[in-house]
Amino acid sequence: MASIDIANIQKSYGIHPVLHKVDLKIRDGEFVVLVGPSGCGKSTLLRMIAGLESVTAGEIRIAGKRVNELAPKDRDIAMVFQSYALYPHMSVARNMSYSLRLRKTPKERIATVVAGAAAKLGLDPLLERRPRALSGGQRQRVAMGRAIVRQPKAFLFDEPLSNLDARLREQMRAEIKKLHKDLGATSIYVTHDQIEAMTLADRIVAMNAGVVQQVGSPLDLYDRPANLFVAGFIGSPGMNFFEGTHHVGDRPRFEIAGDIGIPLDAPAPLANNAKATLGIRPEHVVLAGHGPETLLATVDLVEPTGFGIILHLSLGRAGFKAFTNDRSFLTASGTIPVHFPTHALHFFDGEGNRV
Amino acid sequence: MRAKAAFLTVAHRLAILAYIAFALFPLFWLLKVAVTPNDLLYSEGIRLWPSRASLEHFDFVLRHSAFPVFFRNSLIVSGSTAIVVTILASLSGYALSRFRFRGKYWLVTLMLLTQMFPLVMLVAPIFKILSPLGLTNSLTGLVIVYTAFNVPFATFLMQSFFDGIPKDLEEAAMIDGATQFVAFRQIILPLTLPGIAATLGFVFTAAWSELLFSLMLISGNEQATFPVGLLSFVSKFSVDFGQMMAAGVLALIPACLFFLLIQRYLVQGLTAGAVKG
Ligand SMILES: Nc1ncnc2c1ncn2[C@@H]1O[C@H](COP(=O)(O)OP(=O)(O)OP(=O)(O)O)[C@@H](O)[C@H]1O
Ligand SMILES: [Mg+2]
Repeated sequence: MASIDIANIQKSYGIHPVLHKVDLKIRDGEFVVLVGPSGCGKSTLLRMIAGLESVTAGEIRIAGKRVNELAPKDRDIAMVFQSYALYPHMSVARNMSYSLRLRKTPKERIATVVAGAAAKLGLDPLLERRPRALSGGQRQRVAMGRAIVRQPKAFLFDEPLSNLDARLREQMRAEIKKLHKDLGATSIYVTHDQIEAMTLADRIVAMNAGVVQQVGSPLDLYDRPANLFVAGFIGSPGMNFFEGTHHVGDRPRFEIAGDIGIPLDAPAPLANNAKATLGIRPEHVVLAGHGPETLLATVDLVEPTGFGIILHLSLGRAGFKAFTNDRSFLTASGTIPVHFPTHALHFFDGEGNRV
Repeated sequence: MRAKAAFLTVAHRLAILAYIAFALFPLFWLLKVAVTPNDLLYSEGIRLWPSRASLEHFDFVLRHSAFPVFFRNSLIVSGSTAIVVTILASLSGYALSRFRFRGKYWLVTLMLLTQMFPLVMLVAPIFKILSPLGLTNSLTGLVIVYTAFNVPFATFLMQSFFDGIPKDLEEAAMIDGATQFVAFRQIILPLTLPGIAATLGFVFTAAWSELLFSLMLISGNEQATFPVGLLSFVSKFSVDFGQMMAAGVLALIPACLFFLLIQRYLVQGLTAGAVKG
C-alpha cells in the first residue's frame, strides 16, 4: 500500500492539451473516485499513473518515489479495465495467477493466493473455465481477482462496472466497497456514474475538460459544490438552476425571468442587482405555501419512480424539478404552491463559482 | 410459403454444388489423366474415367525420374520461406500495428510500392545481384528471393490480425508485470495463431508454385524445384501428359497436408471472451 502524489501533471497529444496542471495527493489506503463527463481526461490520468501513457509535464510519485520514467511492470500497481481485458487463451485460474507466475512466485503460494481470491469473489466453481464461457458479471469478477491476487501498491479501476446491467452494477459496487474495507488498499476509481462515486469514495475528484473542478468528500461536493459544473454533475435528478438578479433591501429576493421574485430570508453574499445563478436540489423544494409571498408553479409532468415522485414544474419560463415522497402528488395538475427555503439555496456568481 | 423455402434451399444447394464442381473439375481431370495408361490416352476419346486405370505413371515418376529431387527441393524452399517470412512478418506486423514511429507512413508506402512491379522486370537485376554472391543455382538464393517478395504482403496480413487483438490485453499483461516483448510472446502471439497459420499457408503455396524465378535462377536438375521439374516432362517432340499429371497429383499432397495441419488454427474466434463484445 502506498500514497500517490500527482504534482502539476500535464498531458498533451501533439498540440492538443488533455490535462491541465492536475494536482492531487492521495493518502495511503484512500479510495479516490475520479468523475467527469466523457472525454474529460479521467482515463488518461489513470493510464499515466499506471505507466501506459507518457507524462508531458509534472511528476507522479508512488510511495514517495518518482515513477515518471518507470515501466508499468515496475510500478507495482494493479488495474481493472473497463473491457476486463482477460487473457482469452488462459483459464480463470491462470488469468488470476499470471502476474504471480511472471514474478516467479512459488507454486504452492500461487495456489493458496488464487484459492483465497477465488473464495472472496465466489469464483471457485469457475477456476478451470475460459473467459469466453463466463457471463459479463463473472468476467468482471475475474478481472477483480486478477488485481487482488498480488498485493500491489495501489489499485486503479477504469469504469469497471459500466458494462454491467443496473442490478449487477449495484451488487458489484457493494462488493468493491467491501473489498476495499478488507484490503485497505489505495484505490483510484474512474466512473461517470455519480452514484458509484458518492457511495464508494472517501474523496471525489470532479474533473471537466482536463481541469480538476473540486476535490472533497462526497457530501462536501453534494452540499457545497464549488461551481456550477460540480453542482450540476453531482446528484440525480440534478440540481435546478435559475438565472437572475439578486436584490437586497428590506425584502431581499432573487428575481428570475418574468419578474418572478424568489423571496430570501436574508440576502446572499452578492452585490445588489448582481447577475447570478441560483441553485436548489429537487429534494429541497418544498411543495407547500409559505406566507404571503408563496410562489405558484405550473405542473408540466409527473414522473413516479416508485421510490418517490419527480415533478416537472415551471415558474414563468423557467423549468425545474422537485422530488417528493408524498404520493398525493401523483395526481397533481394545474398550479401548486412551492417554496425555496433559503438555507437550501446555492448561489453562483457570473463566472459560475460558488459564493 | 413452405414450397418456396424448400425451393430456395434446393436452389442454394445446387448453386454450391455447381460451384464446387467447377472449382474441382480441373483437379479431377488431373487425376484422371494421371491414371490413364498411355495407350488409352488418345484412343478412347473424351471420357470421364478411362476403361482401365493404372498407377504406372506414378511408379515411373517416383522411381525413374528426378521428381523426388524436385519434390525435396520444393519442400525445403517453400518450408523455409514460409517459416522465415512468417517470423519476419509477425514482428514487423506487430510493430506496424502497435508502435508509432517516425517514417512509418513512408515505410508502408514503400512496402506497397514493391507490390506494384511486374516480377518479370526484376529477373535480370536480381540475377545480377545474386550471381556474384554465388546464390544463383542455389536453394538459399531462392529462399532469399521468395522471402523478399512475400514479406510485404505477409506483413500487412499479420498487421490486420494484430489490429484485431484489443490493445487492453497487452496493457493488462504489462501491468501484471510483463515487458512488452513478454506480453507479445505470451499473450498476443498465441491469439494470433489463426493469422500465423493463414500467413504460413499463403506463403507456402506461393513459394510452392512459383515458376519464374526458379526457372531463371536455377539451372540443372540438382537444385530445380518442382514447377520447373514439371517442365522437364515437356520434351522437344512430345509432352508426357500422364507422367506430368502424376507428378502434379503428387505435388498436391504436401499442400493438402499442410492445410490439414493448420486448418484448426484458421478457424476464428480464438479471442472470444477477452473483452466485452
Ligand atoms: N491517443 C490519443 N490521441 C489523441 N487524443 C487522445 C488520445 N487518447 C485520448 N485522447 C483525447 O484525450 C481526451 C481525454 O480522453 P480520456 O480517454 O482520458 O477521456 P475519459 O474522461 O476517460 O472519457 P470516457 O468517460 O469517455 O472514458 C479526449 O478528448 C480524447 O479525445
Ligand atoms: Mg475513459
